Amino acid sequence: MREVAVLGVGQTRFGELWDLSFREIGIEAGLQALVDARLSSKDLGALYLGNMASGSLIDQEHIAPLILDYAGLAYRHLPAMRVEGGGASGALALHQGYLAVASGQYDYVVVGGAEKLTDVPDATATQIAASTADHEWEVVFGATLPALWGLVARRYMHLYGARREDLARVSVHAHEMGAKNPNAHYRNRLTVEQVVGAPPIAEPLGVLDCAPFSDGAAAVVLGPLDEARRHTDTPIRIAASEVACDTMALQHRREVTSVEATVAAARQAFARARRAPADVQVAEIHDAYSICPLIGLEDLGFVERGRAGPEFSSGRFGSGGRPTINPSGGLKAQGRPFGAVGVAQVVELVRQLRGEAKDRQVAGARLGLAHDLGGTGATSVVHLLERAS
Amino acid sequence: MSIARFWRETPRRYNLGGSKCTECGTIYFPPRAVCPACTRHRQSIEKMVPFQLSGSGEVLSYTVVHEAAEGFEMQVPYVIALVKTDEGPVLTGQVVDVEPDRVAIGLKVHATFRKLREEGKAGVIHYGYKFAPVDEPDRGPPSGPPAAAVPASSGARDRAPA
Repeated sequence: MREVAVLGVGQTRFGELWDLSFREIGIEAGLQALVDARLSSKDLGALYLGNMASGSLIDQEHIAPLILDYAGLAYRHLPAMRVEGGGASGALALHQGYLAVASGQYDYVVVGGAEKLTDVPDATATQIAASTADHEWEVVFGATLPALWGLVARRYMHLYGARREDLARVSVHAHEMGAKNPNAHYRNRLTVEQVVGAPPIAEPLGVLDCAPFSDGAAAVVLGPLDEARRHTDTPIRIAASEVACDTMALQHRREVTSVEATVAAARQAFARARRAPADVQVAEIHDAYSICPLIGLEDLGFVERGRAGPEFSSGRFGSGGRPTINPSGGLKAQGRPFGAVGVAQVVELVRQLRGEAKDRQVAGARLGLAHDLGGTGATSVVHLLERAS
Repeated sequence: MSIARFWRETPRRYNLGGSKCTECGTIYFPPRAVCPACTRHRQSIEKMVPFQLSGSGEVLSYTVVHEAAEGFEMQVPYVIALVKTDEGPVLTGQVVDVEPDRVAIGLKVHATFRKLREEGKAGVIHYGYKFAPVDEPDRGPPSGPPAAAVPASSGARDRAPA
């Protein structure tokens, strides 16, 4: 297996992009990444596309050749493949692209993630998102994705004494960061009082504890690290790409206040990279619901079990934090175009590790971690990225 | 949803039919073909036997849902809970016959047979378990389920698999 580097990145803005179609956002991100990587399309080996639910959302399956086609590459007959893993689809696509380059099958690949949520009503999007949980044994009984995470939040607060305000601070933090990101869905700041006082969705979670449904796309170009200097002065090495899975339904987890798939993926990732959580300066952590990053920080090994609430509220993971989390604004503020999320997290890390993140730059960022979840954690993906010296 | 898709799950949704691993004794709901707890995973294949849950349990966690899943819009706010049954498996279901603010972690509940939702005027009516507090008058094991999930319109009833 050879070392793999990220050579180029691209991303659309996230939000309600009513003026843009699925194929338009898909190619916009991909072409940006190709240009950024200074890669001639004749050197491209394959396209991997992360997407959760195009069939339900835009009545279009078979979308990988569609994006390839409108990116002007159909006559080259390149292989193009869609990868699906619920909300973790983008991160899973990245894992596949990484393996393809590491194995030597292809030298250069584009990994994209794209989702178009706002072509359907919110209620429909809610139902489609819920289908990443277990339809037959959760959704049929009235559970939604926020309801399942609400169950997790209630249990977590019961076991560890986390407060409602601790959850609220997760959203306040996300919007603080998102305010500095020109691609973010939301750039307004929030107060704890606003989050706590917002209309309830699935108690204890309110509307401001939940990430929005966004349209958006992100893409990266991967290639062999040995060749990276031909394309960029600041190649970013993929130090680890690890996937782990767990039971489909929350009810079958041994403990609902930990996502064991994340524990497994993180352990493997740190072992492969020969690094520890304390080595990470910047992390993009899944925060679709405010409870998610509290549990995520514990599962990833950044904080002791049950301590994430007070540690988060103390400001430990803010600017200059150990690590600084979600400088992009995360899913909550940057937005949540499901299949694009895992790729967008890595786009942000690459910008941070290159030192190109402008006024949201994390000082001294050399090692970054991305963490993406599908459903309630049946799939968890952890990537470690490092600025190559 | 097709009638068959709901109908085929009626033994589980109406009667809480689970399964038990005869290798290690662990009980599952819904039933499984293979036991995830057995250290020698393959040994459990064909060692799983049917097992009936009693329907008794307690609330492990709960949430009050205000933004409903499709088909549940008329029921908001409703309580969804994780219920740990006396036999071990945890089930996801609504807690009913109690004000949402009286639901708490540790509340003793029992499964009760109810209508879950209707798919519009002519669609399938979904039945299955919900949970009610044991100290409330309406309790007891799931009782007298109809033979199958039947469509709301009587015209389609004759075609429902029984």
